[in-house]
Amino acid sequence: MGGLLELNGVTKRFGGIVAVKELSIKVNEGELVGLIGPNGAGKTTVFNLITGLYPVDEGRIIFNGEEITPLKSYEIIRKGVARTFQNLRLFPRATALENVMTACQNHLRYSFLEACLHMGRWRRYESAIKDESMYYLEKMGLKERAFQRAGTLPYGHQRRLEIARALALKPKLLLLDEPAAGMNPEEVAELSELIVDIHREFKLTTMVIEHHMDLVVGVCPHVICMNFGEKIAEGTPNEVMNHPEVLRAYLGEEV
Amino acid sequence: MPTYIEGIIILTCINSIAAMGVSLLTGFTGIFTLGNAAYMAIGAYTTAILTMKHNLHWLPSVILGGLLAMAIAYLIGIPTLKLMGDYFAIASIGLGETVRLIIENWEPVTRGARGFPGIDSFTTLPVALTFFIILTWITFNLIKSNYGRAFKACRDDYLAASLLGFNTAKYRILSLSISALYCGIAGGLFAGFMTFLQPTMFDLQKSTELTAVVVFGGLGSLSGTILGTTIITLIIELFRPISQYRMLIYGAALVLVMIFRPEGLMGEKEILSLIRGMGRRGEHGRPT
Repeated sequence: MGGLLELNGVTKRFGGIVAVKELSIKVNEGELVGLIGPNGAGKTTVFNLITGLYPVDEGRIIFNGEEITPLKSYEIIRKGVARTFQNLRLFPRATALENVMTACQNHLRYSFLEACLHMGRWRRYESAIKDESMYYLEKMGLKERAFQRAGTLPYGHQRRLEIARALALKPKLLLLDEPAAGMNPEEVAELSELIVDIHREFKLTTMVIEHHMDLVVGVCPHVICMNFGEKIAEGTPNEVMNHPEVLRAYLGEEV
Repeated sequence: MPTYIEGIIILTCINSIAAMGVSLLTGFTGIFTLGNAAYMAIGAYTTAILTMKHNLHWLPSVILGGLLAMAIAYLIGIPTLKLMGDYFAIASIGLGETVRLIIENWEPVTRGARGFPGIDSFTTLPVALTFFIILTWITFNLIKSNYGRAFKACRDDYLAASLLGFNTAKYRILSLSISALYCGIAGGLFAGFMTFLQPTMFDLQKSTELTAVVVFGGLGSLSGTILGTTIITLIIELFRPISQYRMLIYGAALVLVMIFRPEGLMGEKEILSLIRGMGRRGEHGRPT
């Protein structure tokens, strides 16, 4: 069976720098994949290529049996990809609830006329959007924070709010870009549990970029390691952690 | 002919309609414009020409004027809204001046710089109030809907918005088109109020005033926009007898708001939610 997401020989150059070099990745449906690598390895670039923020120079990206390489970001998102960002991109002035509602309305649409006149589906869908958003906030333990402005939430909560917002898109594939960045060990442990929970409960194919090795090793059965834009190892966490190339990338020569 | 007080109320209604259009564009979608007087001009001249030369009733004329302004905004928006931030504002100045110059030089149709006299005086107080109330109701509905949230998402972070599945270009163009429709209708009503049109009525100063009242009232607050428009219109009209000082007072009002309320009179809040918030605070004794 084909994977949910396939990258075939994807290359991305920025001027003379090759950020991603002939990368081929296959993610099967229902998998939880960790993407690791030293700083500047090109991990976030891979996410940016998948979500259409950068045009792909060479190669093809196939999602759910369809080529998505030439599509615009919003079209790719509508096909069922959701992501979070390394440095948060919430709407800071809107409340936590409004942040999630903004994502929810993608599958609960009503017409412009209904919006102008507050008639027809408006009432039904607005309350459905609100209920659904509250459900995702509750899942991420943010129910009490629903009416607080997103920008005033503690950092860890903002991270979880971004995941809640991504889940509200009802994606088939969830891309988490360093969800544990800036968290203390307890918060990381909590987050690992949460990621496993989400993955199980929503049967969601998930890809995680992470620097916290304990998170990746504890959570992801399938790990890919990148360095200088290339895939250098792939397999179970143990296989990857003991791979000589990976050790060299992280610790240098002479191990 | 309306009395002096009626006149001021009518003018406030007209200015509020135009400012609400700019508020939707600048306050809620985050697109600064310095050329929306052009859409007022298009609405005003369309209404004048349709009623005077083609003997059309004023109501369809005003609406057609608004729709023409909307169509032109749509066509102009496709290329220019690719510009972000200040660059669009600069392009909009160009548009505003272009429209004004076309009207000034297209004499057979617009009667040029000498002005367009003798328009029917159809904008009575009930007419202005009806338009104002209906359009205010629609605008409040719109911002409290999926479209409102999409506009705000484009304003706060267009990258995040497109990664939530929003076609941001489409929403930006939609916002400009709606704002042009409002300005066009306001222009049509203005023609029926003044009964005389001149290209200089829709110059850069008018465009700046429209954006200034929106900033004055608070970006992202519709009631702030209406409040700001009312105050500025009153300042400009009530001090007309001492006309040398009136721009001074207008300037001073703007500077005072900049110093004491840099977020605008209402910030991002609406009057109704403020009143409700106060009630809630009183009941539970805790700040919200």
